[in-house]
Amino acid sequence: MKNLQLHNELVPHLFRQEYAKMTAVLCRHFGLRHIEIAEDITSDTFLKASEHWAINGVPENPTAWLYTVAKNKAKDYFKHISIVETHIENHFPCYEPDYLNEIEFSNQLISDSQLAMIFAVCNPANSNESQIALALQILCGFSVEEIANAFLSKREAIKKRLQRARNNLRDSGFQLKILSKQQIQSRQHTVLKTLYLLFNEGYFSKSSNNFIRKELCSEAIRLNLLLTGNSLTNTAEANALLALMCFQSSRIEARTNENGEVILFDEQDKNLWDTSLIERGNYYLVNATNGKETSKYHLEAAIAYWHTTKKNDKWKNILKLYNQLVLIEYSPITSLNRVFAMAKVYGNAKAIAEVEKLKPMDVSYYHSLLGYLYEKIEVEKSISHYKLAISLSHSESEKLSFKKKIKQLNGDK
Amino acid sequence: MKEFALIFRLNDISNFKPSPKQMEERMNWLGSIAAQNKLVDKGNTLLPIPGSAKTVKPNNVVTDGPYTEIKEFITGYIVIKTESIDEAVEIAKGNPIFEVGGSIEVREVLKRD
Repeated sequence: MKNLQLHNELVPHLFRQEYAKMTAVLCRHFGLRHIEIAEDITSDTFLKASEHWAINGVPENPTAWLYTVAKNKAKDYFKHISIVETHIENHFPCYEPDYLNEIEFSNQLISDSQLAMIFAVCNPANSNESQIALALQILCGFSVEEIANAFLSKREAIKKRLQRARNNLRDSGFQLKILSKQQIQSRQHTVLKTLYLLFNEGYFSKSSNNFIRKELCSEAIRLNLLLTGNSLTNTAEANALLALMCFQSSRIEARTNENGEVILFDEQDKNLWDTSLIERGNYYLVNATNGKETSKYHLEAAIAYWHTTKKNDKWKNILKLYNQLVLIEYSPITSLNRVFAMAKVYGNAKAIAEVEKLKPMDVSYYHSLLGYLYEKIEVEKSISHYKLAISLSHSESEKLSFKKKIKQLNGDK
Repeated sequence: MKEFALIFRLNDISNFKPSPKQMEERMNWLGSIAAQNKLVDKGNTLLPIPGSAKTVKPNNVVTDGPYTEIKEFITGYIVIKTESIDEAVEIAKGNPIFEVGGSIEVREVLKRD
């Protein structure tokens, strides 16, 4: 019984963790064109594991067990393929599977393969949304169902999105064997952007499921660690992004309550901040500082750093950084965040004047910010903005916290 | 949308190096333009100091700086995009340069291409 319980908990976790690794290593052998073969072998391996382990119990070293089975399955496949080899060569001239060398699942090979896979998946030809979905599926081993949950979209929509992205991936001709400097240079930007979006998808998730949120954030960190772990991809920007993720993650426990409701920054219990993650953030931020480049990740990491401090001049510094960030890249969110910092430094009235310069936005954050700014200046206006924010929000937990605000404000009247 | 160059001028060299407070106000002003998505080019500073400024004239006459001859000298520029010159002027009015007696010239950019 105990074994069965262990089995039920272990298998999904292992699946997630090992799926991406095994697929990456196998795919490196088969070539991207045949990614389905690699995925089939991995899935077959897990099928066999769940059957075998349910009867015989979980082996001592489940990971090694999985690798051996995958290796044998790959061997069987090669045997089968060598029979029809000539046939295939005629039809797929670019098909060059490596079946002379036996597949190894060494740590080095796993991380090399995964790193190459990250670069293969992050194709600038894909839209942001399909990029993250594809990364979640191939790099993180998420099922279509799980991705749909994370995005709060329908299964079919995600499936379609993935299909298009996978076609791009298969036809890209990207070489996984040796990740070349050129491949890295041309894609590093997209890779970092994808990891950034992946992290944000978790951190600012529409889903109120805390488990999914944390999972997305920790996956983004895991992949980013692969980048900083390799000298070719260990750039200042990659370190800056990792620092940003560490700083943000340090507040993840304080950001939501047990019901998954978002707790605004001012109201967070600072004792819940994870100091070890803050220290790691500091470490990577120092690594990111080579004096030459200041990317948007540097600025965002620096902003996140200031958020973790309790110093008096923090908001002044944050505003300064937002001024720089908005110069590098305009985004409506950055503009609104900048206004929030402005309110902290110069007061709400000045911040409201600043919002009035912006074009009105049909997004919930625009109105919740105005709701916040008007709270002590004009309660009626504050309430009406919070109401608009509710009507525009896609997040149940967000709507709930705005409703609470309105209730409070009505009480204040 | 039209593009306008905002050209900054000062008339006292001692004001060229801004105080931290002026710097802060200037960055807030620039950030505000960017936050409105109206910044085309954050421009550059043009150094008006000896050794960094010369004027070349007919007959191979080269003089130091523009600052010896005209009262005002250019210190920098940015390029913004707005619907009208009036809107560009409104934006220019928010710059802290006026507190030290400087001026801003607003000029529509006609692109050569």
